[in-house]
Amino acid sequence: MHKYLVKRTLMMIPTLFGAAVLVFFLMHMIPGDICQLRYAGSGGSFDAGLIERCRAELGIDRPLVVQFFEWIGGFFVGDFGTSMWTDRPITEEIAPRAALSLQVAIMATLVAVLIALPLGAISAVRQNSWIDYTVRCISIAGIAMPSFWLGILIMLGLLWVSNAIFGYGWIPPIQYVSPIEDPIGNLTQLIWPALATGYRYSAVATRMTRSALLEVLREDYIRTARAKGVIEKLVVNRHALKNAMLPVVTVIGIEFAFLMGGLVVTEQVFNLNGLGKLFVESVTNHDYTMTQSLVMLVAFIFVLMNILIDVIYAWLDPRIRYS
Amino acid sequence: MTAVVAAAEPAEKSRLRRLGRMCRRQPLGAISGALIVLMALVAVFADVVAPQDPLKMNFIDQLVGPSATYLLGTDELGRDILSRLIHGSRTALLIGFVSAAVGATLGLVLGVTSAYLGGIFDLVFQRVMDVFMAFPLIIMALAIVSVFGAGTWNVIIAITIPFVPKCARVVRSSALALREIPYIDAARAAGFSHARIVLRHMVPNVMAPYLIMVTSFIGQAILLEASLSYLGLGVQEPTPAWGLMLRGGAEQFFESAPWVAIFPGLAITLAVFAFNLFGDSLRDALDPKLRSL
Repeated sequence: MHKYLVKRTLMMIPTLFGAAVLVFFLMHMIPGDICQLRYAGSGGSFDAGLIERCRAELGIDRPLVVQFFEWIGGFFVGDFGTSMWTDRPITEEIAPRAALSLQVAIMATLVAVLIALPLGAISAVRQNSWIDYTVRCISIAGIAMPSFWLGILIMLGLLWVSNAIFGYGWIPPIQYVSPIEDPIGNLTQLIWPALATGYRYSAVATRMTRSALLEVLREDYIRTARAKGVIEKLVVNRHALKNAMLPVVTVIGIEFAFLMGGLVVTEQVFNLNGLGKLFVESVTNHDYTMTQSLVMLVAFIFVLMNILIDVIYAWLDPRIRYS
Repeated sequence: MTAVVAAAEPAEKSRLRRLGRMCRRQPLGAISGALIVLMALVAVFADVVAPQDPLKMNFIDQLVGPSATYLLGTDELGRDILSRLIHGSRTALLIGFVSAAVGATLGLVLGVTSAYLGGIFDLVFQRVMDVFMAFPLIIMALAIVSVFGAGTWNVIIAITIPFVPKCARVVRSSALALREIPYIDAARAAGFSHARIVLRHMVPNVMAPYLIMVTSFIGQAILLEASLSYLGLGVQEPTPAWGLMLRGGAEQFFESAPWVAIFPGLAITLAVFAFNLFGDSLRDALDPKLRSL
């Protein structure tokens, strides 16, 4: 197991290096740069030397290869650089946004797991009944519905309901407060995006739970369990569900990694200042260092999640031995 | 002459009967298939079906609610929402079909080739695919659109690229099992070229996962296009597109004119719903084992 983990961790390096190369050259392919945007963006007259000086200051007038290796080299000594746009350290810019994105991702995962496991299980146990059909339709609708549109609908619903009850329209607060300082204020802001994304997430997980459980329920050892007189509830909960968890864990893990960086549109709807928004801003500002660091962070979470999934596999199913 | 007619009739009948049996066995698949056909017809005949010009602005009838003249109301520029939805189905289906077909086909060929060649090529290819998989879809699209600019065809490129590794990975795992079957060795022994073995002998045998991927990609592509257009990185005004219709006025006036925000979202949901349901039924019919797609 330890050997396997070391091997997997080493395998991360080529993937992350590839992602670094990809994002670096992709970013530099975008026409224009940050200095042009800063001084020539507004269209007013400016000193041509100003742009040159700005480029020299940021070091983006040097050969790309030099810039690339300087950036990559920084990672090995824990120096992630400073944002070209705000001039503040990358870590300082990313940390509060990552905290927000992480919280939404965790809450959405909770919502998804709480919905998906019972619904998926009941749908599989009562296959082809009206419950099954309803659950399947709800979950396919969840995958079909754009979560940003669901977000708009949630806002609309909140407005209507608050208008009917309090007589004035209420929408979630825009200012982020830390969950430690003000848990209720924090929850009133973040529960809605968590629900909007959690629904889609739960739809994917429900479908996986259902089909995995259906497959397991046809196994011989389930028949054995039933034959020796184990009550149906125990057969499903103890014998079947745990063995059906492997693909469900995969789906939940991958979706979680996706949520950390892919919430761009939902953040826009709810006006959240998370990683997704930072990403859009840094791409439009030509903030190379910031965009590159963000991509590396998201790619890192993704590969880490994949390793974590494999570890959970071995824990869930003792037959799986990595060597 | 009569013999020909007599021979043709049972064939016709059995085809109808087969269709009827398919509908009974996969009722959801039949319904979603009908929905897709309907959508395609609406898209093709948009000019005839749409009650109004989707681009015509009317500053007297701004944000009018659903009525007899404007069945689904008008937007903030007084454009008929129903007509814009009908024309928007063209954009959605064009982007959906093209990016799904191109992305999945490239993935198909690359995945099968990688499995067939094996060795160092397969290893390197897989690492490259890993890199693309680790890149979140929407961020990939964001970068591509910033390089090539927004617009329908660039959106198609942006959406197609992430589909390639997704399909390649699934197809590769099917093709790996295929490579071990003796008929591939037989083909090699008969002196067929690598290209011929990959294209003529292996590709047709991984058609089931491929077709399922294509249908699920169409739905995903429509969703992605809507997200990108909503962010302002996709299809540009005045082209009618569903995601674009949710941008701007839809958000600004969603309290006083909720129809502007509700109907385009319904159209997206219905379209993706139909393709997903169809993909599900296709999977059940073709290969129930491919549940992880």
